[in-house]
Amino acid sequence: MSSAATGYRPSATLPIRAEIRRQASRRRTQLALGFMVLLPLIVLLAFEFGGGNDDDNGGGAFSSLVDLATSGGLNFALFAIFVSAGFLLVVVVALFCGDTVASEASWGSLRYLLAIPVPRARLLAVKLVVALAYSLTALLTLAGTALLVGTLRYGWHPLGSTVAAEIPAGQGVLRLLAILGYLAVTLLGVAGLAFLLSVLTDAALGAVGGAVLLWILSSILDQITALGSLRNFLPTHYSDAWLGLLSTPMQTDDVVKGAISAVCYATLFWSLAFYRFTRKDVTS
Amino acid sequence: MNGFKRRALPRPTRRRVVASATVLVLVAALVTWAALPERHSWTATDQRITVRSGPAGTEPVDLDTRFYLPKDRDGKVPAVLLAHGFGGTKTSVGDDAESLADRGYAVLTWTARGFGASGGEIHLDSPDYEVRDAQRLLDWLAERPEVRTDAAGDPRVGVVGGSYGGALALLLAGQDPRVDAIVPLITWNDLGRSFFPQSADGVTTPGVFKKGWAGLFFGNGSASPAGGPPRAGGDPACGRFAADVCAAYLKMATTGVPDAATTALLRRSSPATVLDRIKAPTLLIQGAVDTLFPLSEADANARGIAAAGTPVRVAWFTGGHDGGLGPQTDQDRTKFLTAQWLDHYVKGESPAPENSFTYSRVAGFSALDRGLVTNGYSDPAYPGLAGSGRTEISVSGPAQPIANPPNGNPGALSSLPGVGDRLSSLLGGVAGDLGGQHATFESAPLSAAADVVGAPTVRLRIASPTGSATVFVKLYDADQNGTATLSGGLIAPVRLTGLPEDIAAAQPVMVTLPAIVRRIDAGHTVRVVVATSDQGFLTPADPAVYTVAVEPAVTLPTVVGTPIANPQVVWRYVLLGVLVAIVLGVVAVLLVRRRREAPPVAEFADTPLVVRGLRKAYGDGFVAVEQVDFRVERGQVVGLLGPNGAGKTTTLRVLMGLTMPTSGDALVFGRPLTPGAPILSRVGALVEGPGFLPHLSGYENLRAYWQATGRPMADARFEEALDIAGLGDSVHRRTKNYSHGMRQRLAIAQAMLGLPELLVLDEPTDGLDPPQIAEMRRVLRRYATDGRAVLVSSHLLAEVEQTCTHAVVVNKGRIVAAGPVSEIVGESPSVQLSVSDVTAATSVLESLDVRGVQRDGATDLIVDMNGTPREEVVASLVRAGVGVDRVVPRRRLEDAFLALVGDNSRGSGDR
Repeated sequence: MSSAATGYRPSATLPIRAEIRRQASRRRTQLALGFMVLLPLIVLLAFEFGGGNDDDNGGGAFSSLVDLATSGGLNFALFAIFVSAGFLLVVVVALFCGDTVASEASWGSLRYLLAIPVPRARLLAVKLVVALAYSLTALLTLAGTALLVGTLRYGWHPLGSTVAAEIPAGQGVLRLLAILGYLAVTLLGVAGLAFLLSVLTDAALGAVGGAVLLWILSSILDQITALGSLRNFLPTHYSDAWLGLLSTPMQTDDVVKGAISAVCYATLFWSLAFYRFTRKDVTS
Repeated sequence: MNGFKRRALPRPTRRRVVASATVLVLVAALVTWAALPERHSWTATDQRITVRSGPAGTEPVDLDTRFYLPKDRDGKVPAVLLAHGFGGTKTSVGDDAESLADRGYAVLTWTARGFGASGGEIHLDSPDYEVRDAQRLLDWLAERPEVRTDAAGDPRVGVVGGSYGGALALLLAGQDPRVDAIVPLITWNDLGRSFFPQSADGVTTPGVFKKGWAGLFFGNGSASPAGGPPRAGGDPACGRFAADVCAAYLKMATTGVPDAATTALLRRSSPATVLDRIKAPTLLIQGAVDTLFPLSEADANARGIAAAGTPVRVAWFTGGHDGGLGPQTDQDRTKFLTAQWLDHYVKGESPAPENSFTYSRVAGFSALDRGLVTNGYSDPAYPGLAGSGRTEISVSGPAQPIANPPNGNPGALSSLPGVGDRLSSLLGGVAGDLGGQHATFESAPLSAAADVVGAPTVRLRIASPTGSATVFVKLYDADQNGTATLSGGLIAPVRLTGLPEDIAAAQPVMVTLPAIVRRIDAGHTVRVVVATSDQGFLTPADPAVYTVAVEPAVTLPTVVGTPIANPQVVWRYVLLGVLVAIVLGVVAVLLVRRRREAPPVAEFADTPLVVRGLRKAYGDGFVAVEQVDFRVERGQVVGLLGPNGAGKTTTLRVLMGLTMPTSGDALVFGRPLTPGAPILSRVGALVEGPGFLPHLSGYENLRAYWQATGRPMADARFEEALDIAGLGDSVHRRTKNYSHGMRQRLAIAQAMLGLPELLVLDEPTDGLDPPQIAEMRRVLRRYATDGRAVLVSSHLLAEVEQTCTHAVVVNKGRIVAAGPVSEIVGESPSVQLSVSDVTAATSVLESLDVRGVQRDGATDLIVDMNGTPREEVVASLVRAGVGVDRVVPRRRLEDAFLALVGDNSRGSGDR
């Protein structure tokens, strides 16, 4: 015999659909996704009006990604990913994952969700799944739009790279998907951190900003070679490993290590988030 | 005053203590780990050993040595003689020595004569000098009590060295049979051929002088020791070189052609002369990015040693005098091969190494450190430079005239001798040809990729007006975009004489190009370039114009090796393991957390709310609720009354499952209220103000809330709830534009969605105007009629009095009064009298049968009537001439409230 009100089932509370709708109606979500569409267009315009060759920026073997960006749709998409992977995507993922719980807390609606009652673990799980889904959507939107506008403007050509041989277009799409997959996995780390902060604080901005700040800190530490092999444990250490997927054959060693690092960090952060949230007094 | 004191540190709770202790221990461990000196598994002794060598074995020379001994040794240990490269000292092989000592070898390193702190002059690995020095060091090793010996004076020893040290290993093994195994790295076979390479087959005249490397070699030896004063008395042109070596260099660098003496000297320093006498099993490691001692040198050594029946194994890596140590994977492989070789042939422990040939091919750039990444391959046997297979391609191009620039200037660039470790830029291509100085012959795009491992061959025809010509043949891999790469910067110098003036009369000459390891992808073309100049070589000073043609047929040797399992592959399994562990962990947590709902406490199964012994203390020690017990029965509207900070809200938070009580519990229909307890679904609540999504309208907010319950829409009773909210059309505006009162009404409507059996409202009339308050009272009373119950908290007495059927008064976290409002609010035994003369009135009253007369302000008295009728008291006062202005009956609730609150206007939150 259940003690609950008729029609109430803990596993039916806060359906994923409902959470998607809760987030979809927010201006923040719309702007973030909109920007993912806008960015490739801005980059395209920049290439169109920028004209002339800029001088070599000395970015090593991979500066060629810039030179090759206008050689075809695939390269354009690759370039769009290249320029946004370091910071933009981190911010977007931190936004989706860091804001989700903290904003409910700051609105005061969190306590009403918990009084429904949505079981705390379920609330977190649904929020996390939806935040990750939005993050993935952002990533795919960016790549998809860039691929589309790049192909319309520059045509459908093999994926060029001066590191290795040209990659046929069909295989290039697979490489692009693999890169997106790896980026998605590495971004799990920042997603985990932002989500943990989101649970710990009632200030949505604090959670998002905190996650991005810590991420930047990790990137800075990663630049300090004096730290030696300690850097391997930084969550951002392998964030560029996806570039290895462009060579032939693909360099997957660092990709695998990066995936391990990201999965471990994400699991750690999420575990802490669940542990904390299922035990804390909600005071917002 | 206590309230103003702030603790400098948070109160030490148990959790904080544990957490701080953990952090402290971790930091301490890290600091200790960082600060402790490394513990070595060996000891090292520096000493100067005087050996006698020279042609007669009588010339003493002081050698600066370092002897490593493993600390943990079982009896006598085998030894390794570790030689350094040209220009180095014993310290430049320190890392290798340490890792060999780690593996249990006694390691002797020394600075070769003519270098560093050792005495003597450089004789270029002369059998009479450097090699004899090394023989004396073998004698020295044989006398060490720690070193294992095969016979008296014959130590068990391997010789390892790179470049200059590698040649020494070969020459020593050829000269001294006591050597048990050797591992020469990146070294030469024939020094003459290395400095005067000639790539045309069957031509015996010396080739083209490799001035770039030769100059560097010579400069290294003639420089005075770093930081030291210039050597007094020496020839400034010769530095520490022996006179004969110096003279040979000066002569060959001047003419570009070695004379007989020079040839003899270089010959004397070449392992080629002793290969047939080497009996020590030999592991030859050679670099594929090495324009000084290319792969062909190791090939010649391997063939020579194998011809004598001695076991020999060959390994190539991506590195060398141009490429440095190579990528980490290659360093690991060569290190492993070396250890395996020594462990078997010197230590006699592990099984015999395979005879397989291993090499590595560039796979791309590492994304992280921008370094090169190579894949290792192996083939069952060493195929030599001709490969195990071959791909024939044809290049085309007309015979072309090319000009030899006077004095080789301007000259084409193919490699940067001595820069070292510039692997990536080298493979990216520093190569550049100059217009008018080169001829190009290009193939059609390859239909299939070719794994070139070995030395390609082309057939060249040259016509020259002077009868002789010096040219450089290069093989480029050109991709679809036209970017051409010269593998390793390696080129084939060719010096021919007796050439015709007309190209038609020129005979084809077979040219063996430098051996390379490269995959030429399908769609790429092979480009053969014949150039007249190169900055690394000495070319004829006089200008001339040659005509060159290349026969179509080009042979590419190929090897299809088996990829060597990359040790990094293990990380894939780690990843898999991590994922499996996470999945198992999540499943385990889900199984453990799956709890059945506790059975109801039967006694209270029909009571909407029972709060028993509730206590809540916060982490910082503040006790918000000391002890609260009360009940809410069906049909009641219970008021929770108390001043601000009395603990009302904390109590309600527990009722919503937001806060865990420290002790005690709250039961709803007999079920304990814990966070997420399903019974909460029968409770509607408004606690601490409304909480809405600001970007949604009021109506959308209610719908979103109800969707989150997962219950059927029909159960929500939206119409009734919206009626109660009474927002009219505003319900479709965004809630962020709502007034406080509108939000409050919407929140009450939300709490009533689905008509929960227990309604918990925290200060529901906050922000409402008087008519709305009146309406809200009616709504709440009506709500409780059909078996439902309402709990309302308020700090306003009148509020509770007018809304509730029952009241619970809390103060400082404790219940001070509870019961039906009528009972609590009913007549109190005391009255408040306003009189004209307080003193007179007091004396009158004291004569009556009343209890307790208290002054209350200037004109008021509070009197406990003790059953005396009020009219009697008034009559008595009036009779006594005391004017009575007011007689106000007091009520119990007020009494209680005053008693609690009146003397403590600060509020109980300041406790």
